[in-house]
Amino acid sequence: MEHTETHITDYRVYGWVLLALLVFTTITITVTWIDLSAFTVMVALIIASVKSVIVLRYFMHLKFESKMFTVFVVMVLSIYVLVIGLTFFDYLLR
Amino acid sequence: MAETTTHSYLENTGRYKGLLSWLTTTDHKRIGLMYMWAMMVFFLVGVILGEIMRLELFRPGQQFFNAQTYNGIFTIHGIIMIFTVVIPGLAAVFGNFSMPLLIGAHDVAFPRLNLFSWYLFIAGAAIALASQFMGNGPPDTGWTFYAPYSTQTHTNVVAAVFGAFVLGFSSILTGLNFIVTIHRLRAPGMTFFKMPLFPWSIYATAWIQVLATPIVGITLLMIIAERWFRIGFFDPSLGGDPILYQHLFWIYSHPAVYIMILPAMGVITEIIPTFSQKRIYGYRAIAMSSLAIAGVGYFVWAHHMFTSGISTTERWIFSLLTFLVAIPSAIKVFNWVGTMYKGSISLKPPFIFALGFIFLFMIGGLTGLVQGSLATDIHVHDTAFVVAHFHYIVFGGVGFAFFAALHYWYPKMFGRMYNFRRANIAFAFMFIGFNLLYFPQFILGLMGMPRRYFDYLPQFTAGQQISAVGGWLLLVGIIIMLVNLFSKKGAKAPDNPWGGKTLEWTIPSPPTVENFENIPEVTEQPYNYD
Repeated sequence: MEHTETHITDYRVYGWVLLALLVFTTITITVTWIDLSAFTVMVALIIASVKSVIVLRYFMHLKFESKMFTVFVVMVLSIYVLVIGLTFFDYLLR
Repeated sequence: MAETTTHSYLENTGRYKGLLSWLTTTDHKRIGLMYMWAMMVFFLVGVILGEIMRLELFRPGQQFFNAQTYNGIFTIHGIIMIFTVVIPGLAAVFGNFSMPLLIGAHDVAFPRLNLFSWYLFIAGAAIALASQFMGNGPPDTGWTFYAPYSTQTHTNVVAAVFGAFVLGFSSILTGLNFIVTIHRLRAPGMTFFKMPLFPWSIYATAWIQVLATPIVGITLLMIIAERWFRIGFFDPSLGGDPILYQHLFWIYSHPAVYIMILPAMGVITEIIPTFSQKRIYGYRAIAMSSLAIAGVGYFVWAHHMFTSGISTTERWIFSLLTFLVAIPSAIKVFNWVGTMYKGSISLKPPFIFALGFIFLFMIGGLTGLVQGSLATDIHVHDTAFVVAHFHYIVFGGVGFAFFAALHYWYPKMFGRMYNFRRANIAFAFMFIGFNLLYFPQFILGLMGMPRRYFDYLPQFTAGQQISAVGGWLLLVGIIIMLVNLFSKKGAKAPDNPWGGKTLEWTIPSPPTVENFENIPEVTEQPYNYD
């Protein structure tokens, strides 16, 4: 295997990540009190996506892996954005 | 020398003997064959159900059974044929058997996961089939399980849906296995652009399997949740939206068509240079067109919903994208014809089946554009025209490509040849029968015959009867083909009976357990016939 070295992340980094996730969760809950009408789902998904990226990069070690995995993840997330976008575009314009 | 490098994979060299040696195997070739045997059983069941429907439709009015039974039969015909035959189809059988041989590998990347995928496949199929005999009768929703009806009908939808869900997991794991295999286990020197085109098509297919299948998985679970807990995802009476179901279902189920057809195209791309003894025309264009079909094909799903009430803007966007996906498909067809041009053509059965594929796929593809066009789709939507188009793609395309692949790799799989004359006779019956069966459905559809109808007006009788006769001829062709291939052993096959240039023809027929005694070093392009 090409990537045999292991990367040890400092506990403080995990602490910051946890804090960031809690902040974004708070934002998710807070924005539900604001009437965003057609953009409600979009905003919720954007916040969730930011949280996913943080989890992927730190907890799932994407930051420290081969660039190939990042390419795969970016490709998958792009497809996800397009699929969700096209679906909700229909609701917006119906 | 170790047993695994000298013994054929068909001989028992493992811990167990007989059936158990197959059920516990992790050899990709044996797993490919196990998929094939299982699929053949499912295929024959599906064919018989289709023939029964044709008999019922032979005359207007009720002949043998009532409308509710007819609904159940077309539903299970669809579920069996789509989820257990054509979706796993070529990828599971020949992706397993041939792909590792073509890239010069000993096996797939995760052999145990591969066996587990087969067990999931069998379990999913068993659950889907059991749905016919459990609960309140067979599901009557059609294979699409459209909401809100599927959330309300008293028939046994939950089991069928759960069966499809389990089958989806098999598909995801197989796709994952193939992606990793192609990335990690190619022979030294085999760069992506020195890789044969069947593995290219399997690679594109595998990505769709991994990316699209989870969506239908969760959608099917949402159907179950809706039925059990009345949540309100899809049922308008609960505040849900049935069109959301259609979006979610087709986000998977349209790419699923490409899961079926891309490996078919890959097989044809292997067969044509071999039987033209000519280098493939436009190698890179074909490789890239596989990725383009997978990529663009992912974003055409709503063309199934033009008359469902989606927004006008969405309609023209999806119509445009649908027309775009025709381009990479046409690139392949032009390149196949370009490869044949001035080639040294040998009309052996695999090549004849491949020609049959091109002819039928062209009719299926071009009639797809009639439905991709917003105006004409309104006229033909939900008519027999759709039935004809669909079967030209799925049976004329995938089915004939599967038979082409079977005749092409049969000598490698079993180490035996078959009778060419009988194979050609089988093709003639199947080709004529197929066109008699499905072409009248185009005309009936244009005349206004709705799909999935148990009864019809008298003016449709002649067309329905021609279809029935076509169905019988097709069945005769299938029987001749199966008898020819599997009734008795043919002459011993040479290692390279067709004069092919790809790696599978450099090893014994049938291959040894380990495939290659030494992994070959690849220095040149595949299809080097010059």
